[in-house]
Amino acid sequence: MKSKISILVALLLIVSTVAVFATGTKEAAPAGAKFKLGLVTDLGGIDDKSFNQSTWEGVVRFAKSKGLVQGTDYKYLQSSAEADYVPNLSTFADEKLNLIVAPGFLFEKAMGEVADKYPQQKLLVIDTVVQKPNVVSAVFAEHEGSYLVGVAAGLKAKADGKSILGFIGGMQFPLIERFQAGFEQGVKAVFPEARILVDYAGDFGAPDKGQALAQKQYNAGAYIIFHAAGGTGNGMIKEAKERSEKGDIRWAIGVDKDQYSDGMYGTKSAVLTSMMKRVDVAAETVAQMTFDGQFPGGTVMVFSLKNSGVGIPDVNPNLSAAIVATVKDYAQKISAGTLKVSEVPAK
Amino acid sequence: MNANLILEMFPIALMFAAPIVIAALGGLFSERSGVVNIALEGIMMVGAFAGATATVLLEPIMPGWAPWVGLLVGIAAGMLFSLLHAFASINLKADQVISGTALNILAGGLTVYLCQIIFNQQRTRAFSSGLRKMTVPLLERIPLIGPMFFQEIYPTFYVAMALVLLTYFVVFKTPFGLRLRSCGEHPQAAASMGINVYRIRYAGVVISGAFAGLAGATMVLTQDIQYTLSSVHGTGFIALASLVFGKWNPWGVLGAGFFFGFAQILAFYAKDITFLAALPQEIFYILPYVLTIVALVVFAGKTVGPKAAGEIYDQGKR
Repeated sequence: MKSKISILVALLLIVSTVAVFATGTKEAAPAGAKFKLGLVTDLGGIDDKSFNQSTWEGVVRFAKSKGLVQGTDYKYLQSSAEADYVPNLSTFADEKLNLIVAPGFLFEKAMGEVADKYPQQKLLVIDTVVQKPNVVSAVFAEHEGSYLVGVAAGLKAKADGKSILGFIGGMQFPLIERFQAGFEQGVKAVFPEARILVDYAGDFGAPDKGQALAQKQYNAGAYIIFHAAGGTGNGMIKEAKERSEKGDIRWAIGVDKDQYSDGMYGTKSAVLTSMMKRVDVAAETVAQMTFDGQFPGGTVMVFSLKNSGVGIPDVNPNLSAAIVATVKDYAQKISAGTLKVSEVPAK
Repeated sequence: MNANLILEMFPIALMFAAPIVIAALGGLFSERSGVVNIALEGIMMVGAFAGATATVLLEPIMPGWAPWVGLLVGIAAGMLFSLLHAFASINLKADQVISGTALNILAGGLTVYLCQIIFNQQRTRAFSSGLRKMTVPLLERIPLIGPMFFQEIYPTFYVAMALVLLTYFVVFKTPFGLRLRSCGEHPQAAASMGINVYRIRYAGVVISGAFAGLAGATMVLTQDIQYTLSSVHGTGFIALASLVFGKWNPWGVLGAGFFFGFAQILAFYAKDITFLAALPQEIFYILPYVLTIVALVVFAGKTVGPKAAGEIYDQGKR
């Protein structure tokens, strides 16, 4: 019996060594004068339909515009565990890339560590803040994007003769309250009589809680719900789909990325629009600045409406042209600075 | 506090309770046969993944039935996955807790890996409709009971109720149930009466795999739009707690499942209930877990689990 187990263990070891070598074969070409950049993913791959993928798209867009070659000039390392973050970042730092990009707040600690270890290495962390002289932190003006979806929701509700809307947050802390604040102000701007129900699930990864809260809000008459709750929001979208499918039309508003396809039932979608964080824009912009020799090390860059860092998707099949036009008006006012959106909810 | 609020809470609490009850019944079969199954969480993840995948892939061919087939596929996947636990803990005589933990860890990696292969992303594609809530004709008109149990309820809740009855009948009223329980109490004595302990324990574990797989598929198809790493998020462990809480008895498990369902959603309704509104919401978030600990402490010593659960079956031992 014991021998069988040791054979198993040996096999496992062999497999894992092979796997390590397999990932290590993407070797860099000898250093040239060219600009080089690398992306380290968090637990997802570059095709995770979320932050990693968007960031990679930004990297690729930048690289293509400069005629860089994938694998030698720009590349990525996938992390399969949180323990990989520091080694992966270090691998790229050892290769002396011009810029290393890492998306997601999960990188906060690893970034700080690597920034100290390689003080000359230029680093970009997206969606969190790392205060080091050689790190640029890209954050987003979520309240501005949320204002826009608020405007869209307010107009839609008004047009359909409904007056109650809802907001579901993951956990209640300043970042998520920014979504709530923006949404509320947006709705009130176009539909002052509307009532907005606000609930927090206390969890970012519990669809059941999202659905429970959605049932509660829809039961109370909510017509459109905006979520800033990650995986918890999936439950809300499920409830919106289920009700709409039965003819009791209710809407959901997605977050972070375009969630239109998540809301599909048959050929329609219950997702009205989405509040997108354009991590690709952040990656592309900072890469360009670094390329131009203007790496803004040590600063926190805010991606807002002004620099297309947040916003609604380009295509919104569920919104009428008139609503989209009004949303664009508001977007212009905000980016021109004539309209200020508060980051804290009223009351 | 108004009565309508309680009526409104019922269907939502039952939605939470269904997968907890089903998974806990699975744990009951396994533990009654003498194998501790802390892998419920992992098996639920595999069941959820399989159920969601089947639903997504079958939807174009058979729109209405896909989620139901998804449930069946979830059951099959759960059974297959639980075989690993059965093999390790029964044939290889591995420590059951370690083997279960291994399954829990494996489930996360395995399901995401398979999603990557099948859908090219870290989660399954979104299915267009999972299971839908239903209203039972006639019964819904019963005052009080109707709105509580028969209006806008997921059909999986009725499945859970049926499984409680079935489990009670099988475990306490059939020869198989008697054998199952005897293997969990004193396997050597059972063996001396000609019972094949290995076979019975295999049956116990695989049945628990079927139940947990069903529970996982239920969760994803009633509460979610796709399988993700957080689709199950600890419900398997709550099911384990319900099993202890319910004293390894189907009716107790049912009560514990209801309890956890209500405890979970109390957090959301607390602010509408006047005498609870003053308390911070965080108290209600931790309530289910605190109550679990309190209940376990209060019942400590009095809980009567199967005597041989967790023990490796050694034919030579007396």
